[in-house]
Amino acid sequence: MSGRHTTELVIFAVIFVIVSGMGFLAARWRRPDNMKSLDEWGLGGRSFGSWVTWFLVGGDLYTAYTFVAVPALVFGAGAAGFYAVPYTIVVYPLVFLVLIRLWSVSHVHGFVTPADFVRARFGSSTLALLVAITGIVATMPYIALQLVGIQATLEAMGVKGHWPIVIAFAILAAYTYQSGLRAPALIAFVKDALIYVVILVAIFYIPHKLGGWSHIFGSAHAKFEKTPAPTDGTFLNHNNQLNYAMLALGSALALFLYPHSVTGVLASKNRNVIKRNMAALPAYSFLLGLIALLGFMAISAGIKPVTGANGKPDGNTIVPLLFDHVFPSWFTGVAYAAIGIGALVPAAIMSIAAANLFTRNIYTEYIRKDASPAEEATVSKLASLVVKIGAVLAILLLDPQFSIDLQLIGGVVILQTLPSVALGLITRWFHRGGLIAGWVAGMAAGIWMLYRIPNPANGHKHFGGSAYALSDIGIDTKMTVYVGAIALAVNLVVAVVATIVLKAAKTADGVDVTRTSDYYADEGDPKVVRGTREVEEGLAT
Amino acid sequence: MADTEPGPRRSDRSPWNWLLILPVVVPLLTFLFNRDKPRLGGFPFFYWAQFAFILLGVGCTTLVYLMTRRPQDTIARDSGTASETED
Repeated sequence: MSGRHTTELVIFAVIFVIVSGMGFLAARWRRPDNMKSLDEWGLGGRSFGSWVTWFLVGGDLYTAYTFVAVPALVFGAGAAGFYAVPYTIVVYPLVFLVLIRLWSVSHVHGFVTPADFVRARFGSSTLALLVAITGIVATMPYIALQLVGIQATLEAMGVKGHWPIVIAFAILAAYTYQSGLRAPALIAFVKDALIYVVILVAIFYIPHKLGGWSHIFGSAHAKFEKTPAPTDGTFLNHNNQLNYAMLALGSALALFLYPHSVTGVLASKNRNVIKRNMAALPAYSFLLGLIALLGFMAISAGIKPVTGANGKPDGNTIVPLLFDHVFPSWFTGVAYAAIGIGALVPAAIMSIAAANLFTRNIYTEYIRKDASPAEEATVSKLASLVVKIGAVLAILLLDPQFSIDLQLIGGVVILQTLPSVALGLITRWFHRGGLIAGWVAGMAAGIWMLYRIPNPANGHKHFGGSAYALSDIGIDTKMTVYVGAIALAVNLVVAVVATIVLKAAKTADGVDVTRTSDYYADEGDPKVVRGTREVEEGLAT
Repeated sequence: MADTEPGPRRSDRSPWNWLLILPVVVPLLTFLFNRDKPRLGGFPFFYWAQFAFILLGVGCTTLVYLMTRRPQDTIARDSGTASETED
């Protein structure tokens, strides 16, 4: 280990320790009378204003993995990797129109998870269970990938072995257990401030050092010209244009179906906080676009990725290596800390969201129907520990590539809850049986297509990406389409047809315990006390 | 159903919401911006146009927010008449 890396490590460690201290102290921040309920532990008391929500949701959606994987994609494929920008533009107007209703109806009924809503809306605990399991399955690999983000910075600092990751996650698990959602909310301030400083310095300083933007785009163009792959380049071509747009739209739809995004939205205190944030959150998209371009800067600077544990070059190391290459060592330490802390905020929120799903929609629904709020909070705290241990084990025991594959599947999988959750917020037309049939069909179609996609870069025959070649089903074209969008289309068609059939056959449908006005409720409006079970009584009074 | 409900009758319908279609659709029309020229500060059009779409998104969302705010936030008089014409 050289002296240069020592400076980086010391700065990294100091910032990490400060942030961990904040995580523990966060339990005292906006201290409630009683921390023993999911509303307090899992949603921060549903009290966050515009600023806290901006940092929290921003820290939640733009993760460490994003910061290393998006530039790695641009480094490897060029323009196709830039889809992250349109994706994060498209998502906010959709939330503004649709997800805000979830806030209102959850405020009235005390829902903590999207599956809580589905349970009340469609009167089906089976459908709610499917939504909950989908959420947990999609979130787990996402948490594991946050570790990949930390690992990339550690590798670049020359740290070998797994113990630093285990320590980092143990600390994270401890303060999330104690402080709940307040911990990532408070840490998000530091994380985002560091990220903004690092990226602003990077985009002015690095092009200046490398000879200007024209030169950077020029060297990227030259690199892709030399490769035989048909899908790379500094522009899209007619084979991947459709895939680009579908991936951007599909990812946007998936983003706010993820349980951790819902957690961030439900924690805000009123509708205006959410609406203002949908106008202000795109500031992060700007940052993300600039981060994506770090991939081209790495090409221009001649960065070669570190060879990973599996003997293949690890593209995720290019951003840390680029920082190491151009910045003085103390600032590289700051930049690494920004990425490392960038992993902690989303990992905490994701584990809270997954734990809430388990507690509300599996434990309270099937194991202990009369669990008190305090018991729910305890179960959720323990479940969040289990989720994090699972994520660490996944990284230690499995090839990291496996988590990346799973995360890819996660996006396709979570999209299958769109008819129940997002369309359910707009209409009660669907039959619960139709939604279940659609979910099964969409899930099967999605996983089958993903299975059929090879990855020539690493020699895997299956689960090699999310771009499905239409030639695989006999269409004579080189065009590719995004698996998630096709699977969702299958899901919707089946859900519609099955709903029509079930309604014609007069099959019993679930009872909707929400009312139209619930979807427009705001801060200060009367609430139905304690979840869905007392709703009938609430209506009677 | 809505008529029999107690409490304030509300809706989030507004013709202004249609404006949000712009930032959802435009960034997906790749044929509009998948080109090199004109460049801006060394950035090919493909890249700077998509940065510009972020501003389009912020602009549209902010405008819709301001025009559809609820009465307790001192609603603008013209948005009140706008929602009447829609109903």
